[in-house]
Formats: sequence, structure tokens, C-alpha cells
Amino acid sequence: MTLLSHGGAPPGGKEEPVLSPPGNDANAKRERRQIFWTRLDLKVSPYLFISPFFILFAIFGLFPLVYTVWVSLHDWTLLGGNQGFVGLDNYVRLVQDGKFWNSLYNTFGIFVIAVVPQLLLAMYLADTLSRKVRAVNFFRMGLLLPYLTSVAAVAIVFSQLFGTQFGLINYALGFFGIDPINWQGGTFSSWVAIAVMVDWRWTGYNALIYLAAMSAIPRDIYEAASIDGASRTRQFWQITVPMLRPTIIFTVIVSTIGQMQLFTEPVIFGGVAGGTQGQFQTTMMLIFEEAFRFNNYGYGSAIAWTLFMLVVVLSALNALLSSRIKGA
Amino acid sequence: MRTFERRHWKMAAATLGVVTLLSTAACSGGGDDAAEDGKITLTVDTFGVFGYDELFEQYMEENPNIVIEENNVTDLNADYVPQLQQNIAAGSGAGDIVAIEEGIVQQFFLSQGDNFVDLAEYGAADLEENFLPWKWEMGKGPNGEIFGLGTDIGGMSMCYNKTLFEDAGLPTDREEVSASWETWDDFIEVGKKFQKADTGASFISTVTPYFNAINAQSGSHTFFDTDNNLVAETNPVIKDSWALVEKMVDEGLSANLPMWSDEWNAGIQNNVFATLPCPAWMLGHIENTAGESGRDQWDVASVPGEGGNWGGSWLAVTTQSEHPEEAAKLAMFLTSPEGQISAWNAANTLPSSPQALEDPAVTEFTREYFNEAPVGEIYATTAKELKPVYYGIHNAQVSEEFRKALEAMEQGQVSPEEAWNQAIEGAKRASGQ
Repeated sequence: MTLLSHGGAPPGGKEEPVLSPPGNDANAKRERRQIFWTRLDLKVSPYLFISPFFILFAIFGLFPLVYTVWVSLHDWTLLGGNQGFVGLDNYVRLVQDGKFWNSLYNTFGIFVIAVVPQLLLAMYLADTLSRKVRAVNFFRMGLLLPYLTSVAAVAIVFSQLFGTQFGLINYALGFFGIDPINWQGGTFSSWVAIAVMVDWRWTGYNALIYLAAMSAIPRDIYEAASIDGASRTRQFWQITVPMLRPTIIFTVIVSTIGQMQLFTEPVIFGGVAGGTQGQFQTTMMLIFEEAFRFNNYGYGSAIAWTLFMLVVVLSALNALLSSRIKGA
Repeated sequence: MRTFERRHWKMAAATLGVVTLLSTAACSGGGDDAAEDGKITLTVDTFGVFGYDELFEQYMEENPNIVIEENNVTDLNADYVPQLQQNIAAGSGAGDIVAIEEGIVQQFFLSQGDNFVDLAEYGAADLEENFLPWKWEMGKGPNGEIFGLGTDIGGMSMCYNKTLFEDAGLPTDREEVSASWETWDDFIEVGKKFQKADTGASFISTVTPYFNAINAQSGSHTFFDTDNNLVAETNPVIKDSWALVEKMVDEGLSANLPMWSDEWNAGIQNNVFATLPCPAWMLGHIENTAGESGRDQWDVASVPGEGGNWGGSWLAVTTQSEHPEEAAKLAMFLTSPEGQISAWNAANTLPSSPQALEDPAVTEFTREYFNEAPVGEIYATTAKELKPVYYGIHNAQVSEEFRKALEAMEQGQVSPEEAWNQAIEGAKRASGQ
């Protein structure tokens, strides 16, 4: 016990003043100063140590966020700067803007056909690799490799694979008698192409997260289940999946946030306009087009802020659902 | 206890130090132009093919304190212009020297002139006779400042794939080919014959370059009038060129390869289309793209309709440059008649200097890669009669909208009427009018 209480005391212990001989004024002063600094150290140092992140976040995260609101309430051009306060005009325009709704439709569409198969596949891969497999470390490393390549490189290579007349994929489909698909031309086909790029890069990443979570599930549960005669599949659905719930929810939230801001892959696939009629123009691309190509900073900011609010709402919804599920 | 106390301070100081370091490091990215060894680095932003490699080497040899770096991208409207616009607006990131193309010359020199150095300060005013009069005038700012020095002009011809013409049983001699398409309607007739021969190739790659070429031949203005009002909907120039390319689509002449895309370049390599409007600078693109597989495949004939100018650029020095004087000197060197001849020899960018246009190095030049075509004669003879087109300050953005609409029509995604409406709506939005 004594040991414990000593260990628990802060370094340079508070008992010291009691030990100092009374009456020695200079000594007492010095000790008081020490106490002051020690206390200050204990209270302030932790904040000081974590402050770099928050200072940087305030400058490069929070300030732009708030400033964007300010810009979005103005007629603001890239070149001319502030052209006057317009109130909510930019938001009124946004609600009536077909291109904005089209971009949201595209963003959600790509989200659905990218994230759902991605997480299912990640789960399947993680489950496979959590069993006894030969060269398991090799495969686990392999999962992470696509994540290490740059998004731009991935998008450039895949854009060529998805070429209409000279792409490898259409060439391969030709062997099965399928006519060349104009990947960039159609709405759904372009979504598929982009979803493939996204999934190629992120499936392994999510699989690793699942794998880590799976290894934390106590083995004895599985052992008990197999003694009771539960099959592998049954064990997966009734033990693995329920135990992974928090992890699944985490990956869903992170993927949602990421996918709502999808930009690089579709831009490299077919430019900021997202195809001849905006077949795959995501909301981020529309923001970029308005702000940097059409010079319309104010309107671009209004779209950006709306997208941000949407991400917040979706994340909140996710969090709500997850607490419900946990409670159940 | 003393040491302990001091350690506190050290920790606190170190933490603060890290914080300041991080924030300053984050703020001061880039901007380390002045290298330690006293050399000055000049960055030159270009697009497409300028043919400057040898000139840069020569200049660096003659001026050992200068290091030149070229930032080059392929696609002008989709990549180069937005990037340049951002860099100019942000006040950093643009090169010391930037190439300004014909289609964006008003966007930058007229409406954003205060971002460019008046080259008259560095003695450019004496250079007027080195340039064709219209080229000189278009490089000026609203108050007569000299912002841009002319590099090349476009001129116009029609490149055709000789082997494919032979396969289709069409005449292959460049005189005969030129004679077979006096007008654009004739051109479409030749195209119909070509398609009928069923060579597996298409007559044109995509309608965009034809639309641009026909607009350029107007010699007046296109999407905008000279007061920068959007007139695309009513301008007969646009209506006529639209009608012509619509006919090309109707007749099934197009290979539907979006211009400047990887697919389009692959199309050049694989000889899947037979013609391409060729301003002088396009020859360099064909040769660089097709490489050895395209040698002696292509030849150069005259363009249907009148001559015209499509493209060509100016070099300008940005006020962002930390070394405007050195940059101005380099720009004057590159655009001098000798510099233009060197660029012509490297990439056949047609000089904008009358002296260079009369130089035998230009007039007697035949391009071996293009079946020894006398390209110097073909371009230089019409160069002095060219009438420039006024494009207006939002031309790059509106061109993109038209390109998208034309491609949507060409690929059968929309009817011609829908495509026209899409183009007009897009143009209004892109120009804010």
C-alpha cells in the first residue's frame, strides 16, 4: 500500500513543504515557487503537448470552415474578391440548381455501388485471413499494398483500363461477345468504373481493420460453438459479425465521410465536368468547377458548406443508429 | 530540485518551439527560388508542344547563372487554363514566364492585366517589327502595356492519313487531296466516300477540332462579341460551324474519340481516323504521339474553305516572378526571330515574326516525318494574310461547354437540339451571363 501511494504521488511530491524547517523565509519562498511551477506543469503541460494539433487545426481547419460561411453569403469572385453581401441568395440558387441535385445523386449513387460491395468483400477477406492460411503474412501485407499507391496513379491506370476503344476491359469483354461499353458516356457505367477504382484502393484497408477486430474476439467462444456443432458459416454470422458491430459502424462512418467528398478518381477519369453531361460529376467536382473554373467563389462556398452539413447529418445518423444497435 | 525546475522550462520551450516551427513550416511551403549557389531558377509554364528544349539548353549555356525549368501539360482548356487561373488568382504558383494562348489572351491580358509585367520596362517596345502587326497588338494590355510577346501562330492545314486514304481508294497526292475539298461540304462528301469504302477506320476523330477550325476561319468573333457579350446563340459563325459538324455526325464520319483524351492519342497511334485539322503546332503533337508507328503515314493538304488561324501563343512574365528582369530577357530571347526559327525547326510552331516567316529555314522546310511535306511553304504563304479572331474573356470556359455538348451529340446521348440547348445553357452559366 505504501508503495502504491508513493507511486501515485506526483513527481517532486506535495509533501515536501511539510518537511521543510519552518521559519526559514527564503527557503519557504523557494519551495512555494516550486509548488506553483509544479502545479502549473501538471495542469498546463498536457495541453501544451497536444496544442500543436489544435493550433494547426484552428488555422487550417476551423478558420477556413467558418470563413467559407462568410464567403458563401457574398457574391465573391475568384479574381475580383468580395462583390457585396447577398444574404442567402447563393443557397436559394443552390436549391433550384439542377446541376447541384445531379451531383448529389451521383455522389450517393457512387457511394452505394462502391461502399456496400467494398465492405462485404473486406469482411470476407478478413474472415478468410483470420483462419489458418499458408503465408498469411504475405496476404495480409498484400491487402495493404493498394492503399499505399497514390490515388492519382490508381485513377490514371484505371482510366486507361476503362477506355472505350482501346481499354483492356472492353477488350476482355469482347471475348465474351459483349460490345464495347462507353464507360464514360453512361451514368451507371461511369459509376461502376469509379467504384472499382475506389474499391481497389480501400477494400484492403477496411479488411485490415476487420482483421484486427476479429483477432480480438476470444477464441473460446468459437471453441464452444464448434463443440456445440456450429458450422463455420454459422459461427461467422452469429459470433464474428455481432462482435464486429462497433468496427463495422466505424468503417461505415469513415467510408461515408470519404465518399461524400469523392473527387480525385472521377476527375482523373474524365475531368472536372464529370462527363459530357455531368454523368459522374460529384458534389466536390461541382464545387471545384464553380469556384475555380467559373470564378464563382461565393456559390462554390455555399455548395461546400451544404455538403459539409450533409456529412455532419449523415455521421450523426450513423452514430444514432449505432447506439441503438448497441443498446439492442 | 533546481535541475528539475529547469527541465520544465526546457520542455515548455521545446513544445512552443515545435508549435512555431510546425506552423511556420506549414505556411512557407515552396518559394525557395534563390538557390544557395547563386543560380536563378526560371520556371516556364507551357502546354502542348513548344519546341523549346534546345533553346533552353542554349540559353543556360550562354547564361550559366540561369536554370530553366519547364512545366508542361498537354490539355489547354481542361488542365492548363484552370491551373494557371488559380495560380494567378492565388498570387503564387505560376511560372516566371507563362504561355498565354490565343483563346485566353483577353481573359488574362485584358481583365487581369495587373498580374503581368509590362515588358516595355525591359526594352520590349523596340521589338514591334519582329512580329506580325495583329500578333503584336493582341499581346497588349488595356492601356497599351506590352504583356505578351508572340511565339507562334496557328495557320491551318488539313492532315490526312495517306495509308488510310489509299486503302479507301481515294487520291493520296496532296495536290489532288487539296483539290478534292475546296469547301467543307466537299470535305463531307469525301468523308462519305471514305466511310463507304469500309476500311475499319473513321474519317474524323471527333467533331471538336473541326468546330474550332471552322470558327477560326471566320476571322471575326465567335462566342463573344468584342464587348465580351455572350452572342453564341445568335452568332451566324457559331450556327454555321455547328450545322457543319452536325452533318458530319449525321453521316457517321466520327470515331467518337474525345479530343486530347488518352483514347484520342491512342487513336492517332493506331491509325483509326483519317483526317485532322492541323494548325502548325498540331504537327508536333501527331509526331510526338504516333512516334515511329506514324512515320510516313500522315501528309499535309490545304484546309477546306479559307485560311484561318487556330491557336498560337504569347509569352508573358508574371508579377509573381522574383526575377522579372531575367524572365523578361529569357522571354525576349525565346520570341526573337532566331528563337522562333529554332522552335520551328524543333516542332514546326509557325513563327509570328515576319523575318522568320521569310527565312529559308522556314519557307524551304520539308517535314520528313510527314512524307516530306513542304510544310514551310504550306503555312508560311498564308500566314501573312491571316485575320485574327476575337475570343473574349470567358472563351476557355465556354469552349469546354460546347465541347461537352458536341461530344454528347456525337456519342448519341442527346439529340442535336438537346445538345444545342445544353451548349447554350452551359455557356450562359460558364460566362455568368
